[in-house]
Amino acid sequence: MQPQSNNTAMQTQQPQQTQPSSGSRTAPSLLPPVDIFEDAGGITLLADLPGVAREDLSIGVDGRSLTIEAPLKLGEASSLSPVYAEVRANHFRRSFELSSDLDTGRIDAGLRNGVLTLRIPKLEQAKPRRIDVRVE
Amino acid sequence: MLFPSMLRTSGDWFADFEQLYDRMDELLAGRSGISSIRAVGRGGAFPALNVGTSPEATEIYAFAPGIDPNSIDVSVEKGLLAISGERPEDHGKSAGSGNGSEERTAYANERFFGRFRRVVALNDDADPGRVEATYRNGVLKIVVPRRESSKPRQIQVTSGS
Repeated sequence: MQPQSNNTAMQTQQPQQTQPSSGSRTAPSLLPPVDIFEDAGGITLLADLPGVAREDLSIGVDGRSLTIEAPLKLGEASSLSPVYAEVRANHFRRSFELSSDLDTGRIDAGLRNGVLTLRIPKLEQAKPRRIDVRVE
Repeated sequence: MLFPSMLRTSGDWFADFEQLYDRMDELLAGRSGISSIRAVGRGGAFPALNVGTSPEATEIYAFAPGIDPNSIDVSVEKGLLAISGERPEDHGKSAGSGNGSEERTAYANERFFGRFRRVVALNDDADPGRVEATYRNGVLKIVVPRRESSKPRQIQVTSGS
């Protein structure tokens, strides 16, 4: 992973408990659109999280489940009355199942201009290797 | 959500379908919110817009993450406010290991890329001369003040003698 110089690098909170089942939120949360790519070294996940500040973003890993969660804050004036809304919730949440070849202990995350970039490396033993065939 | 691209039209043709999908998404998201890391999804109009009014101004929020603020074009003409620009493709190459030419497999392509343009009709009392636009955390906030003359005022009633 290359250092992201102009990026707001962030510590991944891990391991983290998922939210308690009691008194869970009833309002629907927004499902952020994502792009997911896999290369030989691991998985790169990009998620659109507009209106999310770095300090509000929470990324939790529980077993093989990865959860991205964040409140959407616009900082609008309290006197503002909504006229038209395409975004009708103020909370992002999305969970992913991670396959067992991924190293959840070394997840790297960065948030910039409302785009989250997650890098999940593969376990060393899961990386592709070339096996030489001996000729006898 | 097998063919998300089919629903990505700018016109109103599929508006009813969009609503149906929104309802389905709400119902499904309410149940679990869990999807595979190798999932596909659906996009809507980009950027999504929220509009609110206050006695002083109309505020428009455009949800446009990952865009250089200098490349966003905001214009007002004949009572129409237009937001346009282009979202360059960003596949997080910098986050990958090693060189960018490495072979990659895409498991999800839900994020919008390309040119966009959205138009909002302003009220008659909008003051196009004092529009302010700021970009923060991927949200473009546009404040269109109302004309002084059209702001609500309290009129004192005096008793005629």
